[in-house]
Amino acid sequence: MMAYARLLGVFLRLGMMNELEYRVNFYVQMLRSVIGLGTGLAGLGVVFSHTDTLGGWRPAELLALLGVFFLVSGAINLIIAPSMQRFMEDVRQGTLDFTLTKPEDAQVLVSVRQVQIWKLVDIALGTIVLVIALSRLETSVGPGQALAFGVTMLAGGAIVYSFYLILATTSFWFVRVENILVIFQSMYQAGRWPVGIYPWWLRSALTFVVPVTFATTVPAEALAGRLTWQSLVTAVALAGVMLVGSRWFWGVGVRRYAGASA
Amino acid sequence: MSMLAGLLEAYVARFKVALGVQFQYRASLIIWLTWTIMESVIYLVVWTTVARSSGGRVGGFDTQDFAAYFLVTMVVNHLTFTWIMHEFEYRIRQGQLSPLLLKPLHPIHGDIAENVTYKGLTAIVLAPSLVPLVLAFRPALHPEPWAVVAFLPALLLAFLLRFLSGWTLALAGFWTTRVFAINEMYFVAMLFLSGQMVPLSLLPAPIQSLAAALPFRWMVSFPVELLLGRVSPEEALAGFAAQAFWLSVSVALAMVIWRAGLKRYSAVGA
Repeated sequence: MMAYARLLGVFLRLGMMNELEYRVNFYVQMLRSVIGLGTGLAGLGVVFSHTDTLGGWRPAELLALLGVFFLVSGAINLIIAPSMQRFMEDVRQGTLDFTLTKPEDAQVLVSVRQVQIWKLVDIALGTIVLVIALSRLETSVGPGQALAFGVTMLAGGAIVYSFYLILATTSFWFVRVENILVIFQSMYQAGRWPVGIYPWWLRSALTFVVPVTFATTVPAEALAGRLTWQSLVTAVALAGVMLVGSRWFWGVGVRRYAGASA
Repeated sequence: MSMLAGLLEAYVARFKVALGVQFQYRASLIIWLTWTIMESVIYLVVWTTVARSSGGRVGGFDTQDFAAYFLVTMVVNHLTFTWIMHEFEYRIRQGQLSPLLLKPLHPIHGDIAENVTYKGLTAIVLAPSLVPLVLAFRPALHPEPWAVVAFLPALLLAFLLRFLSGWTLALAGFWTTRVFAINEMYFVAMLFLSGQMVPLSLLPAPIQSLAAALPFRWMVSFPVELLLGRVSPEEALAGFAAQAFWLSVSVALAMVIWRAGLKRYSAVGA
């Protein structure tokens, strides 16, 4: 855990130094994020000009969900997605050897190595939206709910990370898997809205095939005080299983890679 | 006459090339399909949920009407969309425009042919995936015969209008290397004002007036509403007139800006 944090710090600094050379990219990202957020807010505005609740969710609760959505997608695009893309590229080019020979845990290294620093804008905007939403909730968020929110966010992050790692690891066998990650991004868009509104088949896919439910809806439920014990336990259990499972799968993949290139 | 035959021959040749290129990228077809379907299904589900929580109807749409609206919009949006803005920027930046200019045929013909080929190919993937969507969401679509007949020219005009305005917008690449901001704005305007996100009649009144004054509505929403039977024959005629008007504006703009841009391009000295 400490290794993760320390290496993440190093690569964040590195990413910052790289990106400061291209400062225009900051404005590009700023415009993208603001447009994305504006579109989301306008969408909510149009929906709530015709109804008071959407699938049982009130406006402030959906605003909180939008904040969580931005926060999580910001985190994914800040570290997880770019690192995994770089890793898959390395496997394809055979340059992963340089990573494997480093005196750190290779899984940790490939997980935090590439940082798209300007995605911090999404995280910042998501946090602002979340704070505004919290101030508008009818019932204030107690310590229990705040704790549940923290736990479900961490669990959701772990689930998404493991999901990415498992998919990326399959690149040891199949060369072009980044397409699957793009498909995940299109499915992830569904997380702007509570998954409860989708028909059962789509809801199941968003819960068990791609981890959208646990990344967005469940943490927002925790804030709105509508989280069930079952969801909380499932989220934590799934996070544990997926972290262990992805670690094991990663080991299998790396052994295969070493065998192929040596 | 021989010029037309020559143009036709050039199109057939371009079709073949574009087809060959597309077959190399089968995975991107699947990605595109997921994006297209997910986007429509998300809006479809959101609005049917709104209808349900308001006693089954919102602004003249019940759940099955919404299903029909968003599935038809998905098809119309697919048949009319263009990505030329992204390609053109690359083309100018990389100097790929120069060889195109040497050819005796205006580059727009190659672009149209490529677009149409892509549509044809993707329609093969899109059509079967409509079946489960129709079974799942039960759209209510009972168009009058005249509306079906009128839908086809409306769709064709919508495609030409959207393609030409997109192509003209892409020419901004002659003047700036940062066309992405323009593209993003255009994308958002399309999302809200062409009826992709929500039927225009459900938008607040000021935005509806804005949509009426701008060309976006005629690129997607008009053919959709026509097929859904939400347009009277008189309104349909007025719609065709509006499409023709905006199309001639686009053609004029495209020609003027293309000429100005070419001067600029050679001045930069490729």
